Amino acid sequence: MKAAPVTYHRAQSIAQAIELTARYDGTAKLMAGGQSLMPMMNLRMSFAEQVIDISGIAALRESGFFEDRFFMGAGVTHAMIEDGRVEDPTRGYLRHVAGGIAYRSVRNRGTVGGSLAHADPAADWPAALRALDAVAVIEGPDGERQVPLAEFQRGLMETALGAAEVLKGVLLPRLSGKARWSYKKFCRKAGEFAHSIAAVVVDPSLGIANVVVGAIGGKPLRLSMDEKLLRHELAAVVEPSSYEFQLHCTIAKRALAEATQ
Amino acid sequence: MVTVTIFVNGEAVGAEVEDRTTLADFVRDSLHLTGTHLGCEHGVCGACTVLVDDEPVRACITLAAAIAGKEVRTIEGFAGDPAMEVIRECFSEAHGLQCGFCTPGMVITVRDILQRGRCADAAQIRAELAGNLCRCTGYGGIVKATELARDRLKS
Repeated sequence: MKAAPVTYHRAQSIAQAIELTARYDGTAKLMAGGQSLMPMMNLRMSFAEQVIDISGIAALRESGFFEDRFFMGAGVTHAMIEDGRVEDPTRGYLRHVAGGIAYRSVRNRGTVGGSLAHADPAADWPAALRALDAVAVIEGPDGERQVPLAEFQRGLMETALGAAEVLKGVLLPRLSGKARWSYKKFCRKAGEFAHSIAAVVVDPSLGIANVVVGAIGGKPLRLSMDEKLLRHELAAVVEPSSYEFQLHCTIAKRALAEATQ
Repeated sequence: MVTVTIFVNGEAVGAEVEDRTTLADFVRDSLHLTGTHLGCEHGVCGACTVLVDDEPVRACITLAAAIAGKEVRTIEGFAGDPAMEVIRECFSEAHGLQCGFCTPGMVITVRDILQRGRCADAAQIRAELAGNLCRCTGYGGIVKATELARDRLKS
């Protein structure tokens, strides 16, 4: 199908994007690569009246070390990470995740920030970056604020972003030589949205020990490192006799084994 | 309405289109370059794949206005391209197509995976081609054609 009529705006700067979203008070949608938003518009599942294109804002693609953490601009594409055109402070974890997202033609346009702000429960970055204890950097009319990813995604396609706020990027830890990670997902067809995602990141020197399961409920779920406890926690969210429960348990178990053995 | 100016197959072209116009509709309806095919219109089938600044992109989920000023190469723009000539030959020889609907997107994707060297074996080629659907061949011929093109381009 074709998208319903919309009005297109092109923001040249973050400040202009904030000004435009504020002006249209809730009826505007920011579009980065558009790789999730455009399909929804074409399927007429998005009701935005205004589209504010932020893909031309060079400042959103800036990345670099910031004290002990790495700041990755929201406009960095999956392909840029996959190809190593952006530094990976996580010893290959980000590159691995990026390379497994959808298809190359999608990765060329789709962005890290777009994925987080779209907040699809089955998307890769929400779960993958949650496991890193990443922090969202948000810019709005009142200045900049930081929100840990644990609190950023509130539910199905719902985030902490205010109506006139723009996700500028994410702060990521620089993993140490002792870090171990694993990222497993289950797809029936390569590149489709996952039926289950398990992200495990362990870095004793940074105090990171996270198991995060995605493609479950409204948002990624942090679980215990202990397999028995993990099953128990999953059973509180997914019917224990279901196929989904077995699938999530199996994928989490595989990721845990890879990261901890 | 927005006025969009894009470089398509080496030429600057401008047209006034509705804001919601996708790159695929822009090249098909405004420029009559109908080699870019529309299968699913939501980014699943890959038939509309074109190059934007030399990278494959799905034209059905890219707004024409969003790529103003960029270089677009549609299937019509590959005449004389050495790699594409080999790929075309190999698709013909190895039965890489039947009805031809997916072929423009398929060969543009194959050219990209050969360029990026993501064609070590049949399994890798299949994974890389997962975003391009073909309902005729069962993919065997396409994978064979890709391997053939890889070997010929190497020598």
